[in-house]
Amino acid sequence: MAKSVVPIGPFHPLQEEPEFFTLTVDGETVVDIDVNIGYNHRGIEKLSERKSFDQSTFVIERICGICSTSHPFAYTRAVEDIIQVKPPERAEYIRTIIAEGERIHSHLLWLGLAGHFLGYNTVYMWVWKLREEILDVMEILSGNRNSYAMFKPGGVRRDIKSEDIPGVIKKIDSIVPTLNRLKKAVLDDPVLHARLKGIGILTYEDAIDYSALGPTARASGVAKDVRKDDPYGAYDKVDWDMIVTKTGDVFEKVVVRVLETYESIKIMKHCLLNLPEGDIDLNIKDIPPGEGIGTAEAPRGETFHYVRSDGTNRPARHKVRAPTFMNLPTCKATVVGETVSDATIILASIDPCYCCTERTAVRDTRGKRLYAAKELIRLSQQKTAQIKRKMGLK
Amino acid sequence: MTREELLADIKKRFSDDIMEFFDRSPRRVYIEIKPSSIVKIATYIFKDLQARFNIASGVDSRTHMEILYHFTLEPLNLLISLRVKLDRKNPRIESIAPVFRAANWIEREMSELLGIDFIGHPNLKRLLLADEWPQGVYPLRADYEEWDKNAIRDRGV
Repeated sequence: MAKSVVPIGPFHPLQEEPEFFTLTVDGETVVDIDVNIGYNHRGIEKLSERKSFDQSTFVIERICGICSTSHPFAYTRAVEDIIQVKPPERAEYIRTIIAEGERIHSHLLWLGLAGHFLGYNTVYMWVWKLREEILDVMEILSGNRNSYAMFKPGGVRRDIKSEDIPGVIKKIDSIVPTLNRLKKAVLDDPVLHARLKGIGILTYEDAIDYSALGPTARASGVAKDVRKDDPYGAYDKVDWDMIVTKTGDVFEKVVVRVLETYESIKIMKHCLLNLPEGDIDLNIKDIPPGEGIGTAEAPRGETFHYVRSDGTNRPARHKVRAPTFMNLPTCKATVVGETVSDATIILASIDPCYCCTERTAVRDTRGKRLYAAKELIRLSQQKTAQIKRKMGLK
Repeated sequence: MTREELLADIKKRFSDDIMEFFDRSPRRVYIEIKPSSIVKIATYIFKDLQARFNIASGVDSRTHMEILYHFTLEPLNLLISLRVKLDRKNPRIESIAPVFRAANWIEREMSELLGIDFIGHPNLKRLLLADEWPQGVYPLRADYEEWDKNAIRDRGV
């Protein structure tokens, strides 16, 4: 049978990183996948070398609109690693609160999109409504719904007012009942079991070989989380669990993210209720020559920053590695051998903000158009409907 | 194995390959090694010690082309950075991508942004730069001067 090529991508404004997938399909089965990134390479590493250490915090905050906390978090830790200082305890707590709020809204955003791809638009709408509450919380705490501008080397820029805390806790608590219903609806749904279990499996060995990170790795049984392994912020002062599952299929990746949202709520509430008194900033003036490494657990995995200082007020080198850089190559292990209608959700399962599917076209080798953009999502939704019919649900 | 035992073992095992050993802080160790030993030591750390490969960072320090390979050992909460210094005129080093696939993309990135040649890399094509970007212009090098942006615009890209 003639092999066809399915190009997916590259641009969509909602995407974390624009990427272009070329799926080679044999009938319904994907036989090869090639990823092409760099469409939106903004040269932020180079740009950061031309800014002062304080300005760089804001530049790298704009690397990603969704994980706008994890990059400054890792960067400030790298700068603090050069000077060998620790920020004040109150600043550590505030950083943790912001980072966990981000994790909640990021996981919810992904869950909504995953629901949409599978034809569960109710889930999509429900989850995004919950996410609004968290974004409101972030606005109360930082003044912004996204890109919080809270971080600076040596501390945080803005304090949390004690009179805000009761209202914030109430808002966080208000999402839990709906989240419970959602958890039940998603995790106990026989259709989703049939649809997501056993597809897109990332084995433990592959996860190690690709050095996969975050929920992608933890779903495959790799119990690694920077928050546990190298406790920073206030993570060692809170009692919370790392969520690890075994098989590494798409369903388990959903499970890991849903359960992690609960842990994040726990951490965030604990930090808000036990916020210590004290300074929020060390007022660092000079950065000595040297090099430092900072890591932080972003919603998608470990963010890694390497900063070298030559004694001036600018970084001599600033290397940034986002988690998707390590997670995206795993698609070679997960998508090959699966069907086209599953490819969408498998590629989405590493959470690269896979909105690019809306720009998808399926073509055969002679360039003839087989499927239009929306039809690939429709294909995925049809498969869910088919399973439902087989089960006698509709 | 404790942290001290592990570091003493690495020092002994690779005594001929290590050029400088810098025990920076409880969580950070920087080891400068001979470029020719990279595959041997990286394989040992990744496969035998079961470390996780974080990433590599290429740095143009004006005198040398440096690469730091970062590995995390979670059980010891230790981050080991292997440093190699390459000749700046003709930076070449053996690829570690055949040993583990995690290094595949970052070597492609360093080769296009810093002009480092990775010998034995399975597929050393461009990762981030556009196809229109001229050959032999490496934007992360210290002496890089902004390339004529109009050239891209004129081609309608």
